[in-house]
Amino acid sequence: MTVKFTINGVKVEAESGDSVIDTARRYGFDIPSLCHHQAVTPYGACRVCLVEITKGGRKKITTCCNYEVLDGIDVVTDSEAIHKHRAMVLELILAEAPDAEPVKKLAAKYGVNVSRFERPKAGAAQERHDCIMCGLCVRVCTEIVEVNALAFNGRGYNRGVGGPYLEAPQSCIACGACAWVCPTDCIGFVEEDGMRKVLKWDRELPMEKDEDGRPFAPKFQLHYFKEKFGLPADIYKKAPGTR
Amino acid sequence: MDLTKVDAIIENYDGDATSLLAIMQDVQDQENYLPREAVNHISTKLDVPVSRIYSMATFFESFHLEPRGKHICTVCMGTACHVRGAQRLVEHLERELKVKSGGTTEDLQFTLEEVNCVGACALGPLVIIDGEYHGNVTSTRLTKAVKNLKTREGGE
Repeated sequence: MTVKFTINGVKVEAESGDSVIDTARRYGFDIPSLCHHQAVTPYGACRVCLVEITKGGRKKITTCCNYEVLDGIDVVTDSEAIHKHRAMVLELILAEAPDAEPVKKLAAKYGVNVSRFERPKAGAAQERHDCIMCGLCVRVCTEIVEVNALAFNGRGYNRGVGGPYLEAPQSCIACGACAWVCPTDCIGFVEEDGMRKVLKWDRELPMEKDEDGRPFAPKFQLHYFKEKFGLPADIYKKAPGTR
Repeated sequence: MDLTKVDAIIENYDGDATSLLAIMQDVQDQENYLPREAVNHISTKLDVPVSRIYSMATFFESFHLEPRGKHICTVCMGTACHVRGAQRLVEHLERELKVKSGGTTEDLQFTLEEVNCVGACALGPLVIIDGEYHGNVTSTRLTKAVKNLKTREGGE
């Protein structure tokens, strides 16, 4: 069903069930966010995508990644109040992840260069403080790749993200989806000496080589794809165009 | 751990993955902690990823992934117990059992734990030994209780 509403006074249309953030971005409105990706379930973790939504005469400031479009609402994507709230949220995130370059950059855009809040306690699971616990890696691993290698562990101050028992996750296929989707680039993904490494999870897998001896993907990952999609046994022997 | 016991527990809940938390609790009741092989077994049986079970087990304070002692001494550290000297009781038990608070003795006989309040403030200071609540405890009474447990173990 088509839903009609306005964003910054512009009339827009979307399908019911769509999120406000995806619709707004489709129409070219710039809404910052760290924890959102349209391929996975919205989570509302980073709070950076705050907008002002007027519904039935009532105005409220809310995250728009997990707000479904509704007929007749008015969305304002930027105002002085929103700016102030986003700055506050970014200052808090900066305290959690002071080493994350993308966070620093976004915060600077909102006039936040130093956080007044304390750094996370030393001795927390991570050495570098660059993860904002947005859970995008976990959601991608669970919903898209479906290997469930990652999950949150602990709670509160000691919350972390990684494989079970804080070891290299054995079900990880080193596909790199988590590293690709991470908003703070804190996971780290390298290929060297015929090995693919996902640094944050400490996962290393040997890679399959093509006819010319160039490594192209981890054997375990290829095996997983073959099983999952029921591909023929010799699928990886053929050149890409002829499969 | 005997995995047939885990099977029986899972059977109790008709192998339903939504009862995961209850299953984990029941397994922990058997062993005083969640052995890794049991976690792996539950994971395969219920088709729930190990990562999720680990996530839940670390989220809730009441789950333990390291082996714990046969006897569990929990000292209430709530405000009422605290002002009546709960900290001294912890230190006393640490000396008595030769283990740091939160730890387990090497022979896997005793685990010493602290809890923030059990809601029996009128009885403070309070120590729970193997599920039995001891109100208005003194260090002398604790020594006796521990000695009793030790001799009972020795007599068996």
